[in-house]
Amino acid sequence: MFGKLSLESIPYHEPIIMVVAAFMAIGGIALLGALTYYRKWSWLWNEWFTSVDHKKLGIMYFIVALVMLLRGFSDAIMMRTQQAMAAGGAAGYLPPEHYDQIFTAHGVIMIFFVAMPMVIGLMNLVVPLQIGARDVAFPFLNNLSFWLFAVAAILVNISLVVGEFAKTGWLAYAPLSGIEFSPGVGVDYWIWALQISGIGTTLTGINFFVTILKMRTKGMTMFRMPIFTWTSLCANVLIIASFPILTATIALLTLDRYLGMHFFTNDFGGNMMMYVNLIWAWGHPEVYILILPAFGVFSEVISTFARKRLFGYMTMVWATIAITLLSFIVWLHHFFTMGAGANVNAFFGIMTMIIAIPTGVKVFNWLFTMFRGSLELTSPVLWTLGFIITFTLGGMTGVMLAVPAANFVLHNSLFVIAHFHNVIIGGVVFGMMAGLTFWFPKAFGFTLSEKWGKRSFWCWFIGFYVAFMPLYVLAFFGAVRRMQSYANPEWQPWMILAWVGAVIIMMGIACTVIQFWVSIRDRKLNADVTGDPWDGRTLEWSTSSPAPFYNFARLPEVGDIDSFWSQKERSNEELEEAPYTDIHMPRNTVAGPVISFFALIIGFALVWHIWWLAGVGAIGVFVSFMARVFNDDIDYYVSAEEVERIERAHQQRVKNSDPYKPSAEVEGREGKQRYVEVNA
Amino acid sequence: MQRRSLWRRRGTLVLLALCLFLAGCSSALLDPKGQVGAEQRTLILTSFGLMLIVVIPVIAMTLLFGWRYRRSNSGAKYLPDWAHSNAIEAVIWIVPCAIIAVLALLTWKTSHSLDPHKPLESDVEPIEIQAVALDWKWLFIYPEQGVASVNEVAFPVDTPVRFRVSSGSVMNAFFIPHLGSQIYAMAGMDNDVHLIADEMGSYPGRSTNYSGAGFSGMTFEAKVTTPAEFDAWVETVRGASETLTYPEGYEALAEPSESHPVEYFSAISPALYESILKSFHTGGEHEMGGDHQLSSDHADSSDGDNAPNTHQAADSGHDTNNHASQDHAMRSHPTSVEAGG
Repeated sequence: MFGKLSLESIPYHEPIIMVVAAFMAIGGIALLGALTYYRKWSWLWNEWFTSVDHKKLGIMYFIVALVMLLRGFSDAIMMRTQQAMAAGGAAGYLPPEHYDQIFTAHGVIMIFFVAMPMVIGLMNLVVPLQIGARDVAFPFLNNLSFWLFAVAAILVNISLVVGEFAKTGWLAYAPLSGIEFSPGVGVDYWIWALQISGIGTTLTGINFFVTILKMRTKGMTMFRMPIFTWTSLCANVLIIASFPILTATIALLTLDRYLGMHFFTNDFGGNMMMYVNLIWAWGHPEVYILILPAFGVFSEVISTFARKRLFGYMTMVWATIAITLLSFIVWLHHFFTMGAGANVNAFFGIMTMIIAIPTGVKVFNWLFTMFRGSLELTSPVLWTLGFIITFTLGGMTGVMLAVPAANFVLHNSLFVIAHFHNVIIGGVVFGMMAGLTFWFPKAFGFTLSEKWGKRSFWCWFIGFYVAFMPLYVLAFFGAVRRMQSYANPEWQPWMILAWVGAVIIMMGIACTVIQFWVSIRDRKLNADVTGDPWDGRTLEWSTSSPAPFYNFARLPEVGDIDSFWSQKERSNEELEEAPYTDIHMPRNTVAGPVISFFALIIGFALVWHIWWLAGVGAIGVFVSFMARVFNDDIDYYVSAEEVERIERAHQQRVKNSDPYKPSAEVEGREGKQRYVEVNA
Repeated sequence: MQRRSLWRRRGTLVLLALCLFLAGCSSALLDPKGQVGAEQRTLILTSFGLMLIVVIPVIAMTLLFGWRYRRSNSGAKYLPDWAHSNAIEAVIWIVPCAIIAVLALLTWKTSHSLDPHKPLESDVEPIEIQAVALDWKWLFIYPEQGVASVNEVAFPVDTPVRFRVSSGSVMNAFFIPHLGSQIYAMAGMDNDVHLIADEMGSYPGRSTNYSGAGFSGMTFEAKVTTPAEFDAWVETVRGASETLTYPEGYEALAEPSESHPVEYFSAISPALYESILKSFHTGGEHEMGGDHQLSSDHADSSDGDNAPNTHQAADSGHDTNNHASQDHAMRSHPTSVEAGG
């Protein structure tokens, strides 16, 4: 009846898990209670869960990502604590079967459920606005993508309390992940969480690819697109090309595990090297899916706050395209030590180094954008400067790893761990924090506290170096990744130092939480009335903040790269007063959450081999999908009068706002001193 | 505030330099005990130095431009529409290209000279040791001496050693940090790595590729001795009471165990390593005539990139595939038993 699921599947004997579960339960009950008490359920369902508005979906992606960041970071600090303790024969406080789940979960969560949703969330929020579109090409698919991702995140969290998570490392290398060596349900949770969210990601890739190609406003040629849109386009090309590889690879592993096949097993013709090749054929493009949009963020931030055109726009675009193509022919550098011959290794090593050229050129372009600029040292700029320094160092260690003969001693060591945190924290995390701060007013209509933003930056920046420089050092002592304990007591001081770094990063996360709290509290004071708090350059700043649900009352026309900036320079004389027209908009839909709910049921049922329940889920998916397919009532028109009413209200607000009233803009522009006065 | 932040960044760099300096004093990779490791140390430091040619100016420019062109500095030039310069574009493309060109040459050269499959040049006759990764310990087989040991490997100083590396379980990697190159250990795959020690001593070795619950304890000791001491060590092993038979004794040893103690086996079944390799081939080859023909030639011919000398897999010849060829036709024979299930 319940497959492998029984009451013993719940780890009662693990006090840590039970305490965490208790906290999650209390938090969940409190949240549900508050929603019921304030009667917010229908608001949540009608305005958010069923929304096809790309801005709201972007916000929801970010909320889930930030919650999952807390989970992923808890894993990180537990790992650091374990390694700070378990030296010279000491066992630490986490037994291997628990520690192994934690480092697996940390990697899976940080990549799939923190970094990916942040990047996709930012694309959702920004790309349609930047290209002057009213929504994405396929609004319903966009909602479905989000919910598939969200239920996959739920499935990962269920594994904490019901059963176990994989103990295989985040990429679940075969044959360790096969049924022979991992008979438990951990790998199955990994499989179904990644398959469900992977389908969502693939749909997102298609959606944004089509959106950027087909829905740009009048006059926006490819080479007038903002850089963030360009990098998003390339990231989506990578998604479309690489995620099917992941899906197929995991499907083959699934056949091994569920039907006793032998794609990747030790015996009967299975080949584990095929698994490693396939998973990295997806895995390497994946890191560029994450970093390219972050590059786009830095480009927008640096040129906006330097109040200067981006240096070398064409170079930037071609460098991005070059990176996109090259990212598909470097995957073997993740396993030079597998034993391929010298020619193969040399080829992939050199290809990897060649990627450093366009990347290096980008770095110089950012530097020369600052050069002869007027740089305002806001928190997004601090994140950007911190990124340039940190990412350059990470790039350096990356090139060192790309030399096969050097890789033979650095591979699988803590050098690799330090390197990829160097580029992922320094690149993706810093980029997403910069992007979050930069576009937050466009989503919510008020700016984030600069004071707490800067504090968060310094904690992350310093914390990163304290946490990861010791790992570079330890690698030279011979320390490898994924050790639950180690014999050499000389390593312990470095491990403790790394733990201190993790604690400093934790303070950075706390600063971000406080930043949200303070900013929401002071939202009236920090209101972005004009819609253009940073003196922006691209179209998203030409509409109000928060942007109206239809984005633009009149679709803008573009004649330049920094079109909004040049429009402002030409002053107001050209302001036309064309009449408003009816706007065609997509309706909200329950199909996304409903289909995804049934997908979650399928996933859970398959993890536990509850076949009848999987059947119920499959029927549910099919029926709800068909209901959506045969529903013709999927769009409506906003009348011209309604548009005019909303636009007039916005214009009135702008007029009414006292230009001398201190606001976040002032705080940003004139530094900390004014802020202190305002808050006194 | 700004000045303080600058100092903090500089402080970080000083810390970084200090770390690398400290690491140089007593670390396995920066204080290698063998020719391979020494060449790799030079390579790491060379690539590090070459990269610094770009990295240091970038960091300096970041701090300099960020400071000089801050908005509150009214003395700095501000050109809002200046966004292109052929001269700068040329420099920022050419300099990285030049550095990568040098690194690429270095990569090509060292990928071949330090190819783990390539025998080392030496006047001394090389010895062969076969290492098998098990859950979670290392079995070392001495085919010439006819003995085996667990979690301890000994070999004479200044003598090239060819480690043939395979696995009786999941994927692992064989690594002695003081001596250089690691290599993956994979079931049914005959991988190899050539190492040499030029200083006597006892060096820690371990698996670097995560392999499950006992992974952390999957360490061994590499004892580098004089030739005479090595012979004495072999005699000690020969004096052990245990022997290692295939398959019974091997299967008992292969049972999962954590932090396994050192063990010696005074005698082993003949062709033990080859037997372990072939144990993954299921023995069903003759039942599946058709594609059997494919295996041996195919594996060799498709594998032209590999170093030549690794094709000498003892008596089993082409049956044990050469160091992890990606195209492992040999292993694609499902038995009738498995085909049914």
